[in-house]
Amino acid sequence: MVVSGAPQVATLTCPGCGAALTVRSMGRAVTIVCGYCHSILDAQDPQLKILQRFEAAVGDETLLIPLGTRGKWRGTVYEVIGFQRRQMQVDGLPYSWREYLLFSPYKGFRYLTEYHGHWNDCSVCTALPLGRPGLLVIYLGKPYRHFQSCTATTTFVLGEFPWQVQVNDAVEVNDYISPPFILSSEKAGEEITWTLGEYVQGADIWKAFGLAGKPPVPVGVYENQPSELKATTGKVWVTFLGLAAALFLIFTINQIMAQREEVFREVYRHAQSGSQSAAEASFVTSIFELKGRTSSVEVRTDADVANQWIYLNYALINDDTGQAYDFGREVSYYTGTDSDGAWKEGSQHDQVMLPSIPPGRYYLRVEPETDAAFGLITYTVTVTRDVPVGAIYLAALAALLLPAIFIAARSHSFEQRRWAESDHPMKIVIGNTGDSDS
Amino acid sequence: MSRPAALCPSCGAPIVFQWSSSVQTTCPHCRSILIRKDVNLERVGVVSDLPPDSSPIQLGAAGVYENRAFTVAGRIIYDYAGGSWNEWHIVLNTGGSAWLSDAQSQYVVTVAAPAPALPPLPSVQLGGSFNWNNTAFAVTAITTARYRGVEGELPFEYWDKHAATFVDLRSTAGDFATLDYSDAAPVLYVGKAVEFDDLKLKNLRAFEGWS
Repeated sequence: MVVSGAPQVATLTCPGCGAALTVRSMGRAVTIVCGYCHSILDAQDPQLKILQRFEAAVGDETLLIPLGTRGKWRGTVYEVIGFQRRQMQVDGLPYSWREYLLFSPYKGFRYLTEYHGHWNDCSVCTALPLGRPGLLVIYLGKPYRHFQSCTATTTFVLGEFPWQVQVNDAVEVNDYISPPFILSSEKAGEEITWTLGEYVQGADIWKAFGLAGKPPVPVGVYENQPSELKATTGKVWVTFLGLAAALFLIFTINQIMAQREEVFREVYRHAQSGSQSAAEASFVTSIFELKGRTSSVEVRTDADVANQWIYLNYALINDDTGQAYDFGREVSYYTGTDSDGAWKEGSQHDQVMLPSIPPGRYYLRVEPETDAAFGLITYTVTVTRDVPVGAIYLAALAALLLPAIFIAARSHSFEQRRWAESDHPMKIVIGNTGDSDS
Repeated sequence: MSRPAALCPSCGAPIVFQWSSSVQTTCPHCRSILIRKDVNLERVGVVSDLPPDSSPIQLGAAGVYENRAFTVAGRIIYDYAGGSWNEWHIVLNTGGSAWLSDAQSQYVVTVAAPAPALPPLPSVQLGGSFNWNNTAFAVTAITTARYRGVEGELPFEYWDKHAATFVDLRSTAGDFATLDYSDAAPVLYVGKAVEFDDLKLKNLRAFEGWS
């Protein structure tokens, strides 16, 4: 065959200005743009008919990846052959993004898009996405939520394209997202083209194409930018559930194992005499024994107070070592009726937990104090050892819950910032990252 | 696979058939279009200059489709608004033949699928839906193409053509179908979109400056 393997004519001359044109896509170009005079040429016409010439100042557009740059991307060598800047209007403000067309003679075309430092790797869909336009679309079994509709207008082109493109070409775009993926439909006339994009890191592109310097720092949250927190949130909740289950298990075992052994109970009466101090009214109980292992001790006070109070200054004292645990308790109970009806305040019962009391022989020193006007108050002191502690588990649960809630809230905030830019913002917006071309 | 040998009636070069059922071929030396008539070859025309080629596939390339090895035996070339595309006639080692289409490096393999009551062209619209082989297809493109040329072996006589309209359809699972309206009666081809790497192609064309 004559044709197969014949070397491509790589250089043509621009009919607009006579500059040399480099053709990179080997006979696949449909549109070629002269980088000097910005003539858009019909590559299928042997005369390279000028279809359009657009105004662009020198340095109007600086390509982050220059035309002709080659790099190994996703395992295949690609060359940057075309560049296009497109714009959409949101609330009267223009937003521009850039598209770099990549070419491989074997794999064909794909393109990288860039918006404020956010990059997507896009290629044409091979299957048909189907769903409810403007709401949800399913592509190869995966759901994509509608993000936004807009009209995308080409405002600058350079290089060559395997399709017809001119400045001011406008297409209807609908974006659907499932981060890190984005599914976009472009409608030109009656024809709809679907492309699938994947969010990629600028640093990976810089590395693949051997670009100098650093990629631009991404601004804000992009529509299909994956939330690292979202993945983390899931893990945090799984971890939380695991730890909470472990906690519940320990709690249950503790409840079952706790002996709840009553070691002391005595009924006392106290009437305050005018000049008597609490110390003078003090007394000590008989000795009781705390057996077994170091455990919690509950001291319960039940008093027949009615619109009265009694304050008890306790000391649990180890008869052998003299070690004392001091604590004060008040039992007070008030009832009455007001315009809102019956009310009550306080309780006739009080209990306190002393954690980690070593075994031994103990007694209580009690200093009762009340109002002389109350007359005689009868109260019962009960000491129980090895009582299961509930509160500490609640505290532990709260401590576990806190980081999970914190991360979930931050993840939620990320999603709000993402969707704030969409046609479907979330109800409450915490942060606003909206910015437009200045 | 039988490989009947014959001589080109125009230049006398030996003609070897890759596929016993091929009806048409081209002479690699004088580019005559040859039709098989029983044991004889009849020259019906000559291939005009083909457009600059951009496909990595060429006659003699080999690959794999759905675990069946195939060899590229021929092709039909069309021009359309997006450039040119090739319908490569591939011969499977299981005996049948199929088509590997390469339009802008979007690869699709299809097989002729007899179907009753195919829609007449005027009734076909973008987005319209059809059901074949228990698969729901939607029309994704209606392409007006111009016959550009042929090369190698084809399963039918195909030369001296002009305009042709193709209707492309896709399913949600990557199935692909084409309605070929180049003859009076439409012909349906059904298959799948395929990834270049999955075809495991060998004997590809080398591109200067590309490895």
